Amino acid sequence: MRLAVVDTERCVGCQQSMFACVRRQGEAGLAKTCIAVRSVGGTERGFVVIVCRACDDPPCAKVCPTEALVSRKGGGVRLDSEKCIGCGHCQGACPIGAIFWDEETNKPMICVHCGYCAKYCPHTVLELEREEAEHVER
Amino acid sequence: MLNDDPLANVLYIDLSKRSYRVAQRQDLFEKYVGGAGVAVQLLEEECPQGCDPYGPHNPIIFAVGPLTGLFPLASKTVAMFKSPHTGNLGESHCGGRSAVALRMAGYGAIVINGTSDIPVYVAIHDGRVHFRDASVLWGMGSRFTVGRIIRENEPGSGLRTIMRIGRAGEQLVSYASVTTETYRHFGRLGLGAVFGCKKLKAVQISGKRSLPVADQKQYRTTYDEIYKTAVSSSAMKKYHDLGTPQNVLPLNDLGALPTRNLKEVRFEGVSNVSGETLAEQFLGRRLACSHCPVACIHVAALREPYEDEPYFYKTSMISYDYEPIYALATMLGVSDNRGFLELMDEVETVGVDAMSTGVILAWATEAMERGLISEKETLDLELSWGNHRAYVEAVRRIVSQPNDFYRALARGVKHAADQYGGADFALSFGGNEMPGYHTGPGAHVGALIGARHGHLDNAGYSLDQKAAATELPTPEKLVAALMAEEEWRQVLSSLVVCFFARGIYTQEIVSETLRSAGFELSKEDMEKIGMMIHRNKYRFKIREGFSLDDVRLPKRIFETESPIGMLDKAYFQDALSHFKNMLLASES
Ligand code: SF4
Ligand code: SF4
Repeated sequence: MRLAVVDTERCVGCQQSMFACVRRQGEAGLAKTCIAVRSVGGTERGFVVIVCRACDDPPCAKVCPTEALVSRKGGGVRLDSEKCIGCGHCQGACPIGAIFWDEETNKPMICVHCGYCAKYCPHTVLELEREEAEHVER
Repeated sequence: MLNDDPLANVLYIDLSKRSYRVAQRQDLFEKYVGGAGVAVQLLEEECPQGCDPYGPHNPIIFAVGPLTGLFPLASKTVAMFKSPHTGNLGESHCGGRSAVALRMAGYGAIVINGTSDIPVYVAIHDGRVHFRDASVLWGMGSRFTVGRIIRENEPGSGLRTIMRIGRAGEQLVSYASVTTETYRHFGRLGLGAVFGCKKLKAVQISGKRSLPVADQKQYRTTYDEIYKTAVSSSAMKKYHDLGTPQNVLPLNDLGALPTRNLKEVRFEGVSNVSGETLAEQFLGRRLACSHCPVACIHVAALREPYEDEPYFYKTSMISYDYEPIYALATMLGVSDNRGFLELMDEVETVGVDAMSTGVILAWATEAMERGLISEKETLDLELSWGNHRAYVEAVRRIVSQPNDFYRALARGVKHAADQYGGADFALSFGGNEMPGYHTGPGAHVGALIGARHGHLDNAGYSLDQKAAATELPTPEKLVAALMAEEEWRQVLSSLVVCFFARGIYTQEIVSETLRSAGFELSKEDMEKIGMMIHRNKYRFKIREGFSLDDVRLPKRIFETESPIGMLDKAYFQDALSHFKNMLLASES
């Protein structure tokens, strides 16, 4: 399963998804969000949604010196925080800026593709995509 | 409140000394929750009695509440100041990203004092306040450019608010507004002019932090309950579909839509400027304030050709709402919807309150019609119903103020009528121009006694609509209902919750949400706090010279029939004296 950004033109910039991602981690506020929504240079032009796109061959994992980022089934990565030394190489390697930083732990925060945020996106910008196989089964 | 909640931090900024400090004010938040409750207290502390609203000692106060950043629809910031427009209590609410940004920056309130000698903008992030030279931004014509320059110079993309003024604020038009995120405003009562005299072009605030909650599980349950109602209730759906302009047609059908300076209450061109038509022909985008699933902000895309070259166009994105449609279309007899949007765009560009502007221009049009003023005053501008081009130019002149007449218009309708006559049809209450409802006595009594003299104080129009279906309440009952509503709204505006969500935030829900934020308040406690805040506002008003004995009712409201018939002056006098008695009784 992976989170898909279906249509940013429908995004109204409400930040519900950002707050949701934080809540699923048992927190409140915005510090821990793994998804960001910002305007395309002024709200009059609409928004971009920045979140891990679940690459099949993730560039972030390739630059991690301690192999703390492990490719996950279905795309994207899983963080082994014990291995992570907080060097920030992964952040630099992600071309879309989807690796956020946890200032408290000094480690990256990356979307785990759980789909919690999509449940709180009122305007169907986000969707949790099931894997092909599951599509067939359904 | 919770011990580690940064809400207690009040940031004090001094523009004269370019210094700042943070003080812990648990005392205020514990007692008054936040928002309006805390802001009026800070105003009382910071604003010297009798201070000149255009002087350096008039403070600007911004406050948010414990629910900001925790729950959906807690999306507003309350601003308080002494109003340059009425010379009394100034209070205005605004959404956009302002509330969440202020909370995420780690404050519950910000107080801005003093005045700068050069134009500045203030950037607040990472626990610091940066004073930036804004000379290049001062006088700049395009509101988009100002926003862009600040965006490019400051961090916090997606997590910030940029509150700014236009030329009207710089030129001290007494009803100049402050705009955030291009389309939301601290619209009423002239906060823009207070920015202007402080030489404060903009305030940028950003941040990202965690907030404490009392009980995660209870927090999530309450959150889900609110979220579900917000996305499924029909009231909220209407705000999403058509936005506030959904009200244009119903109010017109009712015969309550002020038209041509309230000479009429139905507009023959209404179908052009209804929410339905504007959406079908122009709606280009919908936007939401931070943490609001509803997205009521409707933005029109207006494509206009350049006159000097064929096949060369620009597309302007212009937001519209019920109140501007009332003020700039029906009140001015503008039925050409492109013309309305052009006028709206000009109002946004210079940064004036749309409602005040429309009412002032409507008065000027009638004054011209009656020969009280002529082309001599207007400098050859023909102000006549529906002439949107003349109105666009008039707005520009209200800002540039080429003569005494436009200088008078820049001070409001009451001031202009004092100079040129026509007080009978100068539609203002307590010095603030009338909101868009001629529904009955509730709307007008409400505007008269409301602490801000606005329609959102106590929603008298909605009492009228109920009365139209049943019967008119006695003046005493009407006043009691208005006060009860206004007091409850003090609670909502201390949390701070958007008034559109008042149906969702019932007393029970408010109690639950406050529990997450570490406040244990019973129904009785809330009622007490609401009343206390309301009285604090009135105490400030009276301290600054407001008297219910001087309030003036424009004759026009008694000349035009409302849905419940012609209004009766005696009813109003009665209502006023009941209000006075109720205030006095609660003071003793
Ligand atoms: S899918 Fe889960 S982890 Fe990824 S952004 Fe959404 S809530 Fe956060
Ligand atoms: S919840 Fe949906 S509409 Fe709102 S900001 Fe997130 S992606 Fe955009």
